[in-house]
Amino acid sequence: MTGRNTFTRRRFGQATLAGTALLGAPLPIRQALAQGGPANLKVGLLLPTSGLQAQIGQACRRGADVANEVFADMKMPVKIDIVNYDTETKPDVARTQAEKAIDAGCHMLVGAFDSGQTIAIAQVCEQRGVPLIVNIAAAPQITEQGYKFVVRNFPTAPMLITGALALHKEIFKVSGKTPKTAVLMSVNDTFGTSMINGIKALFPKLDMPYELVDTISYDPAAKDLAVEVGKAKATKAELLLPVSRLNDAKLLVQEMVKQRWEPMGVLNPGAPGLYEQDFLKTMGKYGEFMISNVPWLDPKSAMTQSLEKRHAAKYPNDQLDLNGGFTFEGILIAAHAWLTAKSTKPGDLMEALRKSKIDQHVMIGGPIQFDAKGQNVNIKASAVENLKRKPTVVLPLESAAAPLVFPMPSWNDKRRT
Amino acid sequence: MTSDFLLSLAQAITKGLLTGMVYGLMALGLSVIFGVMRVVNFAHGELMVVGMYLAWMGFEYLQVSPMLSLPLIAAVFFVAGYALQRGVISPFIGRPEHQQFLLLLAIAILLVNACLAIAGPDSRGVQMESQFDSYELGPLVFDAVRLHAALVAVAIAGLLWLFFTRTRIGKSIRAAADNHMGALVVGLDVKRLYAFTFGVGAACVGAAGALMITIIPVTPFLAAEYTLLAFVIVIVGGLGSMTGALLGGLLIGVSEAVAGLLLQPSLKSMVSFGILILVLLLRPQGLLGKNSQ
Repeated sequence: MTGRNTFTRRRFGQATLAGTALLGAPLPIRQALAQGGPANLKVGLLLPTSGLQAQIGQACRRGADVANEVFADMKMPVKIDIVNYDTETKPDVARTQAEKAIDAGCHMLVGAFDSGQTIAIAQVCEQRGVPLIVNIAAAPQITEQGYKFVVRNFPTAPMLITGALALHKEIFKVSGKTPKTAVLMSVNDTFGTSMINGIKALFPKLDMPYELVDTISYDPAAKDLAVEVGKAKATKAELLLPVSRLNDAKLLVQEMVKQRWEPMGVLNPGAPGLYEQDFLKTMGKYGEFMISNVPWLDPKSAMTQSLEKRHAAKYPNDQLDLNGGFTFEGILIAAHAWLTAKSTKPGDLMEALRKSKIDQHVMIGGPIQFDAKGQNVNIKASAVENLKRKPTVVLPLESAAAPLVFPMPSWNDKRRT
Repeated sequence: MTSDFLLSLAQAITKGLLTGMVYGLMALGLSVIFGVMRVVNFAHGELMVVGMYLAWMGFEYLQVSPMLSLPLIAAVFFVAGYALQRGVISPFIGRPEHQQFLLLLAIAILLVNACLAIAGPDSRGVQMESQFDSYELGPLVFDAVRLHAALVAVAIAGLLWLFFTRTRIGKSIRAAADNHMGALVVGLDVKRLYAFTFGVGAACVGAAGALMITIIPVTPFLAAEYTLLAFVIVIVGGLGSMTGALLGGLLIGVSEAVAGLLLQPSLKSMVSFGILILVLLLRPQGLLGKNSQ
């Protein structure tokens, strides 16, 4: 029996079928199979795709939707099964959905844009021992509580603030105009409170050239900000620092125009809202010249170029911004961990996450690496100004795609078209 | 006090008065229905949210300004309110109050879920160029949209007053409200008058919804908040009093705006509820309500 040829008709049929399937398979699967990658990784993507933060949540999701295509472009031998869960912009729903995702067999979770929702998910992941990759959430406590199954690829509120305030000085230096007073307006949710506390704590240490004359907080679900803007205008501050979300950013600017308040500039100290597509679309000319000091996509990275191309092909009417960029990176980090671990066991994946060093990625900054607390400390901020209805990098100068415009032209200035 | 502070205060009061007028119109419907039928409409905020959605749909799909679609929305609400009262609420008149409460609560839940099913949970607003406009009067700046909405609210309240004081049917409704038995004795069709009243109340809410969508975006979950707000306003003004509803609206609008200026803006609702507690303690029938004892 030992010397007998065992290649039977049945084996031939099986081999033919397998070969045909391999040749007929889409490129990413073919690469994964050809390069002997492990069985598919199932990632639960938790985002607020309905409710108050729906638009931002959907922008995040679009970044993940094209991830497998970008991996194929980059010749990464990997394909991720992404299962979407809607947190409905509510921490309690986020917790329930995280439990549901884990029960459904997700090996890792990615999410969830908002700090409050992310904290709820992190608690579930820690209890169940499933790795969580935080795509966007700035509250420091997420990586300060000794969690063993959480990593964050987004700056903490102090990191955002330090980066943003450093860029403020650069904006004043480049423009030659320095405001003397500023008013801080902020949502009073977990993220907003972290930002306010961070700004107040860091402000004296950073030797800022302007004085913070007032801090006005408001509900992120506010339907009207007339009183808040009236109060801010009454301070006669030369600069507005809004820590906003999308809807309140629109209300804020609408009220500023109505109340004819024209500060020297609106400089977002690391918050969402001002650079988002819906903001740019609905505010029109009034959304121009507002500056967000946030991490942004690196236009020089080959992976960013592929992401932009895939995103534009799949979503021609939607803008790719940091929400899509960081969520894509969340999936990228999961893919790298899986390739390193060659296993879907939570412990192995977490070990691989801790050792991650991802040189090629999409956001501006150094390689993606996590410190002992699970925080990526290599992310850098940039100044992104709304110019011609598009968020455009204006600082740092080496990455600038257009010159900075500061002070902001008045509401009726001809430059606003 | 500095002149800057006084200007800010005047600005806050102006804004509060303008918002308060729309609040007053919204609460007017609740007050009219209770004043005549003694039925507390727990679906009031939900009706207003439906009005907001109709105005939004008119703007989004037909490019009709909410101010222009307002008369049609009010007419649709009148007919729907009339039919709702005749078909569903009428059998509950005279039944124990908890049954009325449960019925209207069920209607409220149905309306919210219908909005959720049709329009989804996301916030929907109208974007018009006029939303960035304002008028200047000396140092004061008036928000154009609020000013237009307030003027329309005042005009509707005026028409309502004319209806109740100058028309035969309006006088009949008041007679039925004052003396139900007497109205039956003199041969008034009280059931029809009640249905007419509910239609008028619903039309007010629908009109308020069309005005409100120009100021704030709508979500289905806004309904409960506005039912509560309408109750605060009519209880402060006096349940059943039309003038009281308008006064309550102004008082709540101004107090919220001034509280936002003097305290933290996020604490402004606390002041409305503080006023409510004070009124309930010191004048339970409301500022302009009649003492039932």
